[in-house]
Amino acid sequence: MKQVTIPSGANLSQLYRELAGDYPKFFKMDIASKLGFLLTEMLVAGAPDRFTPRQDRAVLVFSREGCVANDRHYADSMADFPSPALFVYTLPNIVTGEIAIRNKYAGESSAYVLEAFDKAQIQAIVRQAFLDRETRSAIVAWIDCPSDTEWTAEAWLIDNNDI
Amino acid sequence: MTPVYCIGSGVVTPLGNTPQDVFRAVRQGRTALCLHTGYPEPYYASLLSRDCVGKGVLFDQIVRDAASAAVKEAGIDASSPRTGLVLSTIKGNVEVLGKADVSLAVQARRLANALGVTTQPTVVSNACISGLAALVQGMRMIQSGQYDHVIVAGAEVQSRFIVTGFQSLKALSLTACKPFDAARDGLNLGEAAAAMVLSSHADASQWELVSGCIRNDANHISGPSRTGEGSYNALRYVLQHARPEDVAFVNVHGTATRYNDEMEAIALYRAGLQNMPVNALKGVFGHTMGAAGILESIISILALETGVVLPTKGFETLGVSVPVNVSAKERPAQGNSFVKLLSGFGGVNGALLFRKGGAR
Repeated sequence: MKQVTIPSGANLSQLYRELAGDYPKFFKMDIASKLGFLLTEMLVAGAPDRFTPRQDRAVLVFSREGCVANDRHYADSMADFPSPALFVYTLPNIVTGEIAIRNKYAGESSAYVLEAFDKAQIQAIVRQAFLDRETRSAIVAWIDCPSDTEWTAEAWLIDNNDI
Repeated sequence: MTPVYCIGSGVVTPLGNTPQDVFRAVRQGRTALCLHTGYPEPYYASLLSRDCVGKGVLFDQIVRDAASAAVKEAGIDASSPRTGLVLSTIKGNVEVLGKADVSLAVQARRLANALGVTTQPTVVSNACISGLAALVQGMRMIQSGQYDHVIVAGAEVQSRFIVTGFQSLKALSLTACKPFDAARDGLNLGEAAAAMVLSSHADASQWELVSGCIRNDANHISGPSRTGEGSYNALRYVLQHARPEDVAFVNVHGTATRYNDEMEAIALYRAGLQNMPVNALKGVFGHTMGAAGILESIISILALETGVVLPTKGFETLGVSVPVNVSAKERPAQGNSFVKLLSGFGGVNGALLFRKGGAR
């Protein structure tokens, strides 16, 4: 099991240039998606065949706040012209979609909202995700962003031998 | 693996507040879809009455009422350490954004407290497939031995936030939606709550949740795959658990947007289901988002109990590029199983196979 973290307040544009640099859609993403994108880059960088499409890897993202930072930006835009570009990020699971698209993961993807980081609760849900007979590994992340500048962002690459 | 059954259900909809009442209303061709004055543009939607809410929060009230009815029918002890709770919603109580804590975990905690649930609640917020994904999560909690019973409740309340968002995407029709029709021009939003109690204990008459699957298109965050990749993959997975002749129908997402219905038609076709009866209920309820997977499954169970494939209200002339067996009329159903299919933003797709108990 591999674990990575992005410290709260880190310079994400700089991190993007260090880790990827070839995916300009990154700059359109909300804070949760940016963090999910970068955490996954840290987990799978250099893996053989990393962009070969696969269905055996799940993407499971947990948080308390969902996408509230972006929800506020969308709500601000409502007063003037509601922004479709912001609205699409008002779903807590969009981060899982961004990770799936970037890495061509066509397996399970799910977003969960919990009252707090609860290791036992997350472990139970992750173990249960492996009941899908085609799932062999999972990107699991806790990405909690009360705002664009403060967050908790941790991720793990887990395979079925860890379960 | 431990079989999982539905042993209780509850609904709150503009057409009634019991599954049987709502099913009767659907067979009578009723709908609450109509034009509402908007924010500022008008929008066509199926909305609940605000009259009875009093000082409470509409979201909390409807999800509690639906879940309480399901718990009552199931006759379970909600406070048992062997009873779990999964809430499905996309935006919860987002209308109080800026005034109160809008974390979906707040809604789940209030629901747990209202029902007397003592275990830690889980929220599944997986865009438009949330209800189906929450049922899959509930199944797994039982299959893994974590719980004996899981209350799975879903709800959505419409607000300026959601309506203006869909308007900005130009996804809403200004008339009643027309799933799979050549003239379809967008979706209608809807409000509802729906709940099921899932259990490892059941008698022979109850419905089994046989297999559920969630798959991503890995294609686009707000548009479905043109090849129906994720929907096809989810369908393929659950159909491994059914004999083709046992499947009476597929109750599809059928939002009546051009892209969704075309994508689903292709996924069904790729799965060899071009002759399978297919129906969609969005022309009755609108798109009830976090409630849709649970509500549409409950109504589909009652349809197959009655031996019918419900009509696709709003459909007249097929308007997708491959054959789909969809009808504006009620048809007799043959088989003991059906598949619920949903797709959503974030590229997510889900399929869930239900089978009448005792039909193994």
